[in-house]
Amino acid sequence: MIFVTVGAQMPFDRMVQAIDRWAADRSRDDVFAQIGPTEWHPSAIEWTKFLQPPEFASKVEEADAIVAHAGMGSIITALTTGKPILVMPRRGDLRETRNDHQIATARRFAELGRVAVAFDESELEAKLDVIGDLRAADRVGPDASEQLIGTIREFIEGKDSGE
Amino acid sequence: MQLLRLRPAFEGHDVTFVTVQPGYRADVGNARFRVVNDATRWDKIGLVKMALRLAWIVLRSRPHVVVSTGAAPGYFAIRLGKLIGAKAVWVDSIANVEEISMTGQLVQSRADLWLTQWPHLAREGGPRYAGAVL
Repeated sequence: MIFVTVGAQMPFDRMVQAIDRWAADRSRDDVFAQIGPTEWHPSAIEWTKFLQPPEFASKVEEADAIVAHAGMGSIITALTTGKPILVMPRRGDLRETRNDHQIATARRFAELGRVAVAFDESELEAKLDVIGDLRAADRVGPDASEQLIGTIREFIEGKDSGE
Repeated sequence: MQLLRLRPAFEGHDVTFVTVQPGYRADVGNARFRVVNDATRWDKIGLVKMALRLAWIVLRSRPHVVVSTGAAPGYFAIRLGKLIGAKAVWVDSIANVEEISMTGQLVQSRADLWLTQWPHLAREGGPRYAGAVL
């Protein structure tokens, strides 16, 4: 199963429409999409607007691959669950998010080998055709790096004892 | 989600988590859990509601330290926390790989500990790099 998610905040119809067209063309019946608060509905794939965390987790568990906007929630979910992920960044100029930061995020995480990226709809279709070959990145644990946790912990405790 | 990955840093302390996602309640154990509405800079009424709700939460919980990984609720929480004498920790989201977020820039002079999650964004007089949520 391919699990598609746009995050909880905003819809991303441009991505979901491309996936819906692809699924119709290829007669795929194994795609489920969480599409966010939007008036448009897919016709070829199963969908819902929102998922509560337990349902979200079980969709991720079922999925062979995740296709998502380039949001950190989606990327971290894939990395902690050991699922392959293909991301498409939202564009600031289309008001899909506040600016082009997702384009930079996607590019950087792809360079680090942690995600696959499709920058536009045609690239998305091409990468969906070979999504069965996509491999997960090294799985990460539940916590931030020891350095970051230690730095914040020391700061908090310095405050507690420092006056 | 990034804040949840920092939980070990708060162990042993009295913690209130504030989020825009009610679904995270199950992830914070016995810590207090408060939800605020989400809003972007294009939604002024939403921002005012969010700020009022955060003011109430900050006044009720009287934090010694406010820690945020970003966006509008974190910005308001830090400004409000500073007003009542709290120390502020800003961990700029790992999503910001080319520049510090707009809210991160705004919060800059208020944060006592100002961190970026990318080594190449750390600079003298700017945010420090001290690891990442991944």
